[in-house]
Amino acid sequence: MEYVILSPKLILILLAVKNKTPNFAPNLIIKTIFMNHYETVFILNPVLSDDQVKETVKKYEDFLVSNGAKMVSKENWGLKKLAYPIQNKKSGFYHLFEYTVDGDVITPLEVEFKRDERFMRYLTVALDKHAISWAERRRVKLKQKA
Amino acid sequence: MATSIEQQSKGKKDGEIRYLTPLNIDTNKKAKYCMFQKSGIKYVDYKDPDFLMRFINEQGKILPRRLTGTSLKYQRKVAVAVKRARHLALMPYVADLLK
Repeated sequence: MEYVILSPKLILILLAVKNKTPNFAPNLIIKTIFMNHYETVFILNPVLSDDQVKETVKKYEDFLVSNGAKMVSKENWGLKKLAYPIQNKKSGFYHLFEYTVDGDVITPLEVEFKRDERFMRYLTVALDKHAISWAERRRVKLKQKA
Repeated sequence: MATSIEQQSKGKKDGEIRYLTPLNIDTNKKAKYCMFQKSGIKYVDYKDPDFLMRFINEQGKILPRRLTGTSLKYQRKVAVAVKRARHLALMPYVADLLK
């Protein structure tokens, strides 16, 4: 990622433009300036078929990308046993997204998760610099294993 | 009554045991250390339940740093990581005979 140093005044102006005019065309460019690194793990209902799972994952990936997110990585942990039953189910499909996006997109994303009955659990975490470097090393390790 | 209260208080107390040689009590001479600071781990990952297992007891409770030796900075991170792992059903909230 490239970093550009902005003056505090300019940041304030950009923030004001972003919040006041959500449909302003250059907004997508402005939004990339306020990108944060996030990670979302979610558990899908185990009664879904493989196609339904793929479709759900695709839907939310598209949702993120259409909101200006940049996918860093996707992981499919497959059907895993839960440590305790959720909605009387003992297993679930685990998926992980890592992406950079403007923080305003997280709330609508989680609202969508809440409304979707295929979701049993989700957790979105903002990653700091240590977490990002950890995630990179983790990916390398997983690649070596595979 | 031959002994007054004053005399009794001066005398040896009941139940006091005196030893001629000091007792041999084993103490742990190995100092505890924070494994995060020692091995330079900066981030505690909630996605790795096997690793977090060292910081919980048989019931799935988070162990105090009095026992694990973790520094305060990383104990907070461990606690958050365990709680996140519990939310995602990677670790149990309650259990028994976990280890």
